[in-house]
Amino acid sequence: MTRENRIDCDVLVVGGGPAGLSAARELRARGVARVLVVERETQAGGVPRHCHHTGFGLRDLHRAFTGPRYADELVGRAIDSGVQILTGTTITSLEKDGEARATNASGLHVVNSRAVLLASGARERPRSARLVAGDRPPGVFTTGQLQQWVYVHALPVGSCALVVGAEHVSFSAMLTLRHAHVKTLALVTDLEAQQSVAPFALAARRFFGVPVWTRTRLVAINGRERVREVVLEDVTTGIRRVEPVDVVVFTGDWIPENELARRAGVDIDPGTLGPASDIGGRTNVVSIYATGNLLHPVETADVATLRSREVARVLANDLEVGLPSSTVKPITVEVEPPLSWVWPNRFDPSSPARRVALRTKTFSQSRLLVARQEGREFSRVRLGRVVPNRSLGVDGAFLAAAQPDRGPVWLSLG
Amino acid sequence: MSRDSQRDDPYDVAVIGAGVVGCAIARELARCEVSAVVLERSGDVGNGTSKANTAILHTGFDCVPGSLESSLVSRGYHLLGAYAEATGIAIERTGGILVAWDEEQQAALASLREKAEKNGYNETQILSATEVRDREPNLGEGVRGGLAVPGESIICPWSTVLAYALEAATAGVTFLFNTEVTAVARDGELHVLTTNQGEVRSRWLINAAGLFSSDVDGLCDHDDFKVTPRRGELVVFDKLARDLITSIILPVPTQRTKGVLVAPTVYGNVLLGPTADDVDDPFATATTEEGIARLFAAGAKVVPRLIDEEVTAMYAGLRAATQFQDYQIRAHAGEAYVCVGGIRSTGLTASMAIAEHVAGLLRAEGLERTVRTPAPAIPDMAALGEQQLRRYLDEAAIDRDPEYGQIICHCERVTRGEIRDACAGALGARDLGALRRRTRAMNGRCQGFYCGAQVVALLSELSGRSPAALTGLGS
Repeated sequence: MTRENRIDCDVLVVGGGPAGLSAARELRARGVARVLVVERETQAGGVPRHCHHTGFGLRDLHRAFTGPRYADELVGRAIDSGVQILTGTTITSLEKDGEARATNASGLHVVNSRAVLLASGARERPRSARLVAGDRPPGVFTTGQLQQWVYVHALPVGSCALVVGAEHVSFSAMLTLRHAHVKTLALVTDLEAQQSVAPFALAARRFFGVPVWTRTRLVAINGRERVREVVLEDVTTGIRRVEPVDVVVFTGDWIPENELARRAGVDIDPGTLGPASDIGGRTNVVSIYATGNLLHPVETADVATLRSREVARVLANDLEVGLPSSTVKPITVEVEPPLSWVWPNRFDPSSPARRVALRTKTFSQSRLLVARQEGREFSRVRLGRVVPNRSLGVDGAFLAAAQPDRGPVWLSLG
Repeated sequence: MSRDSQRDDPYDVAVIGAGVVGCAIARELARCEVSAVVLERSGDVGNGTSKANTAILHTGFDCVPGSLESSLVSRGYHLLGAYAEATGIAIERTGGILVAWDEEQQAALASLREKAEKNGYNETQILSATEVRDREPNLGEGVRGGLAVPGESIICPWSTVLAYALEAATAGVTFLFNTEVTAVARDGELHVLTTNQGEVRSRWLINAAGLFSSDVDGLCDHDDFKVTPRRGELVVFDKLARDLITSIILPVPTQRTKGVLVAPTVYGNVLLGPTADDVDDPFATATTEEGIARLFAAGAKVVPRLIDEEVTAMYAGLRAATQFQDYQIRAHAGEAYVCVGGIRSTGLTASMAIAEHVAGLLRAEGLERTVRTPAPAIPDMAALGEQQLRRYLDEAAIDRDPEYGQIICHCERVTRGEIRDACAGALGARDLGALRRRTRAMNGRCQGFYCGAQVVALLSELSGRSPAALTGLGS
C-alpha cells in the first residue's frame, strides 16, 4: 500500500457526464488551476453517449446534436479549457476531508483536493427496486441498459415489448426499440394520463401505432428462460389481464447515484434522495459539493449543464474567498404530498435561488404553491401545469421572506 | 455429448444432482481413487435449491435433538467453516440473535436454550431487552428479550458449491451438464442410467437430486418419501442498508408462526425472508405480490429503517421438504444405491458432513477406497466478500494483471479480470446466471443499467455463445 500513487488537484470532479464536464470547464474559466474529472467508464460524456436521438444541446450550446456528438463536444470543450480527464477510473471511497481513493488499470491512487464536486448522475430504478413480482428471466431492461444494448453493442433485444412508464424517457425507449426492430405493444402508466408532451403521445399512436395504457399497473412478469408474458392490472377496476411480450423496459423512476455521498457522510434529502444542498451544490460536508442529476432526478442534459455551471461559479468563488464554515446553518425546505421533492432543499435567505425545481407524484388541478414556516403561510406563488415526472419550476424569490430562526420551510399545493 | 460420458468403462459412482449436496459428495469421492460422474439436469452447479437460500452457516442449535440432521449440521458447521477459511469462500462470524417480540416468544427462549444444549451447542445466552437493543439499536419497537447464538455465521453459498465442484473436477470427477436422468435400470452389477444425452453406467448410484430426489427414488423402484417443494421468497436490500444490523436477526419459532429473519450477507447486503409456502411445481421460483407484501410487513417491524432502502433483488428458492422432519438418507443394501433426500434449508451447512456420511455408507456397501495421493488441490476461490481483499483493492493483483483494475460492474465493483477468470476452465460460466453467481456482476443496485450490455457482450466473447443464446432468444 506504500506504493499508492498520489494525485493532487484543486477540485476533483467525480463523474464525466454533461454536468461534471461543464462544471469542470466553468471552474477552469473562473481561474481554478487544477481541475481533475474522474470518469469510471472508458469514455467520458455520460448518458448522452448512448442516446442516438437528436435534440441535445439546445439550451446550453444553442444547436441540436445527437447524444454522442453532444458528449464529444462537451469532452472537447472541457479538454480545451485545460481540464484533466481520467477515464476508466473509479472513485472507490471518499472521506469527509475530501481525500478520495481510486482504482484503475494502473493501480490504486489517493486523490487529494481542496474540494470534491460529485457529479455521479442518476439511474433508473430496476425491476427489483419496483417490487414487480414473478420470474426473473432475461428480457427485462431499463432504458439506459437498452440504449447501450442497441446503440453501443448491437445486441438482440427481442420481438415485442411492454414499456413501463409514459414520460419523456418512455417515448425515447420506444424509439430505441423501434430502431432495434422491436414492436412496442404499449406504454403503461398507473396515472390517469401520459406525462410527456402531447405531440410525443400523438406521434406514438398515429405514426407507430403504440398506445398509452393509462391507469394500468404491471403486476408480474412470467417466463423462465425468457420473458413470456406480463400480468397487467386496471387500477380502477382491479381487473387483471395477461399480455404476451418477450421484452419489458422499465423507464424513468430515477434515483440519484448517491452511494459515495452517503458513505462520505453527506446528508441525503428524503425527497430527491440526492445530497441535501443549496443552489451552489454545497452540502453539510464543507469540502463536498454536488451537481447535476445527482442532486435530484432528472433534468435533460442541457438543463443539467446550465445548472451545473451555476454550481461551479459558486464553488469557484468559495475557493477564492475560503470554503464556508460548517457553522452556517441554512434553512431546510421540505414538501408535502403530492409534491415529491424540491431543490434547492437548503438555502440562505439572503441569497435565495433564482429558480426552484419541484416534482409531484400525481396530477393536480391546483397551481398554487404555498410556503409555510411554523405552520404559518408566508408566501404563495402560481405554478405552471402540474404534471408528475416532469420538470416544474418557479422563481425562487417567493422564499426570500423565510425567517432563518423559524425552522424548515414547508411547501404544499394550495 | 462429451467424449467422457461415452466411455465404455463404467464409472465407480454416478451422482445425480450437482447441488451443494451432490458436489460435496463428488468432492469427498475425489479424495480417493474412485472414478465418478455427476449428472446435472441444468447447465451449472448449484443451480437449484442451492442457489437461493438464506446463506447462513448454522450451528444447528434449533435442530430436532437426536436427529440425523442435528448431528450432520453440527459436524458440517465445523467442516465447512474450516473449508471456507482454507479456500477463501467468504464467511463472516456475525453471530445471531433470536429476538422475542411478545410474551409467548419470550417464554420460548429458555426451552430453545435447552434444545440448543441437547444439540451440543452450549454457547447461547439469554439477553434482556436492553442487551438486545445495545447490540442492535436499529430494531423496531417492542423487543422483549432475546437469545444470542454467537456461532451463527454467514457464508457465500455459490462459492461453496463451486469450490466443491472445482476440487472434484481437478481430481478427475466428470461433470455432465444439461443431462437429465429419465430411467434407471440394472445390468448385472451395473446401474444403467438413461439420460437425454445418452447412457451412463456405474457400479454405485447416489441420488442427490434435491427437489427431484423422490422422482429419482421412484426410477430406482423406491417410494420412501415425497418431496413437496416449499417456496421461500427473499428480498435483498442494497449495501447501504448493511450498517443497520450487526448480526443475524432470527425469529423465535412458535406454534403459530416461523417468522422471518433479517440477515447480513457476506457481500454487504441485507436479506429479508424467507416465506414458507408449499407448492406443487418444482420450478415455481417466481416471487409473489402477496409474499413480498408479507415480508415487507414483517421487515418493517423488525428493522423499520430497512424498508426505506433500495431493493436490489427479489427471489424465491424451493426447499426439498418431505413428509418427514429429518433428512432421508438411506443405503439400499444389495442395490448399490444411496438416496440422499429431504435435505432442506440446512443442507448448505451440513453438506460436507452429509458427504462424509454417504462415503461411510458406500464403504459399508463395499466400495473399496484407496486414498488419492497427493490429495486433490484445494481451490482458491474468488474473493466475493466485502470483508475480504476484493480484486479492485488488491494492488499486487492489479500490478500483475491490469484487468483487475478495470471495473466493469460498478455497483458490485467486479473487474474485467474477475469476469474473465469466472468464464475460464471446465466449470467456467456459460450463462448469465452462472456468471452472476461466480462474480456478482449485475447483482447490485442498478441491475445492469450501467454494465448489463457490456457484461453480455463480454460473456459472449469469453464463452463463445451468442448473445441471443445467452438471453433466451435461441441460438
